[in-house]
Amino acid sequence: MAKRVGMEVGIAAAEAVGLCNIDVAAVYPITPQSHIAEHLSNIVADGRINAEFITVESEHSSISSLCGASATGARTYTATSSQGLMFMHELLPIVSAMRLPIVMGIANRAVSGPLSIWNDHSDIMPQRDSGWITMFAENGQEVVDMTIQSFKIAEHKDVMLPASVNIDGFQLTHMVEPIEFPTQKEVNKFLPDRKPFATLHPDKPITMGAFAMPDRFAEVMKAKDVAIVNSKKIILEVWKEWEKQFGRSYNPVETYKAKDADVLLVTMGSMGETAEIAIDELQKKGVSVGLVKIRLWRPFPTEELKAAVKGAKVLAVTDRAVSFGGVSGPVGMEVKSLFYHEKDRPLITNYIMGLGGRDVTVEDFIKMAEKAVEAEKKGITEEYEFYGVRG
Amino acid sequence: MVKEKWQEVSPGCMVFTPGNAREYHTGSWRAERPIWDNTKCIKCGICYIFCPEACIGQDADGYFMADLDYCKGCGICAQECWPGAIEMVEEG
Ligand code: SF4
Ligand code: SF4
Repeated sequence: MAKRVGMEVGIAAAEAVGLCNIDVAAVYPITPQSHIAEHLSNIVADGRINAEFITVESEHSSISSLCGASATGARTYTATSSQGLMFMHELLPIVSAMRLPIVMGIANRAVSGPLSIWNDHSDIMPQRDSGWITMFAENGQEVVDMTIQSFKIAEHKDVMLPASVNIDGFQLTHMVEPIEFPTQKEVNKFLPDRKPFATLHPDKPITMGAFAMPDRFAEVMKAKDVAIVNSKKIILEVWKEWEKQFGRSYNPVETYKAKDADVLLVTMGSMGETAEIAIDELQKKGVSVGLVKIRLWRPFPTEELKAAVKGAKVLAVTDRAVSFGGVSGPVGMEVKSLFYHEKDRPLITNYIMGLGGRDVTVEDFIKMAEKAVEAEKKGITEEYEFYGVRG
Repeated sequence: MVKEKWQEVSPGCMVFTPGNAREYHTGSWRAERPIWDNTKCIKCGICYIFCPEACIGQDADGYFMADLDYCKGCGICAQECWPGAIEMVEEG
């Protein structure tokens, strides 16, 4: 029987990694990810797991050292946030191009400047095109489950791509939540040892991360894109397996009271739970509104999102990052482009909110939904709005 | 050179034949070739050390020359040869 404990989510993320039989971790501490780094290093130092914890001098080094470790066939983990993720950026497309299944926890935090240690998604959004499988957790249980699932997905022979689990900084990392932990035996059953496609070894020299001339580069990019698009099939399989073994279901797009609703709020990450309360209150008042939560950001769940919003008249897409000078926020742009070719496309409003740790309350979601209802009548006057900004 | 389709690209672009860079002749890039004047050469070996293609070898008398299959004509040898024994000459 699985144990249910009250635990801070960052600590729980490290505990989940501790169950995954990793070989190498290289984690540089940064707020609000530090508890993951500290606790994982404790797990290793206390001899609870047989792994190497490399105390690197920076995030650039943590991802670089894991690149090497993963190439030798090791199971590897890192975690970071904000500026740390920006500092890793250079390596992220290399890791995915080398098809190395590194798993990373990201405690999402605003990117400077001005300096902010609080939560939004401006750190992960610039990594969007790096070729990493990218998912968002909504609560502590999902962080634990998705961390374990990620190793299996990333290492699958038909995937071989790095994966990140996004955990809203403070708003999720520092919450104490009831979490059900699978036992070591259960995890061993779910997650067998990594069977690498190829490894760096002096007895059998191969080259990884080589060079490509212009007559080859485009083919390599196409192959990488197909690999991440096709990874969705394996992600779905692994989630089904998880559900069978642990009883908790995972879908690329989750819905909450969305059936037949005219207006749908769209969220990504931990704010989904706040939005649920807003939906309850609005439905009580007779407003036809529901909620759609994007769990899988890359590969983008195109079919699933289309199916989830079928029949809706307005989508109120929320964004927690700004694409300065762009058409909309990053999620807004994605969703709008998805529906461009659809005959019966919904109106799409886009609210940029919760930047740099600004609270988004139930009341705020109610207001956004009401604005979307209004847009249905009056049409859309602007591509996106900075929701709740003074001025 | 075999031109693979995207379906044929090895995962991660991994190369399983060590040393197959030899099959790629960087000499095809060359617009100028280095010509040695052995009367000026003092056999210091600087050209040999600096050649980024490692394509400079020594003949039986200890003088240096480039393997033109790989010499890409960068001119570094000529630039670095301080007695001025190497001249870059345009390919005809
Ligand atoms: S021109 Fe460049 S490649 Fe050719 S021999 Fe000189 S240094 Fe080497
Ligand atoms: S650098 Fe010039 S002098 Fe020295 S070995 Fe080469 S050709 Fe001769």
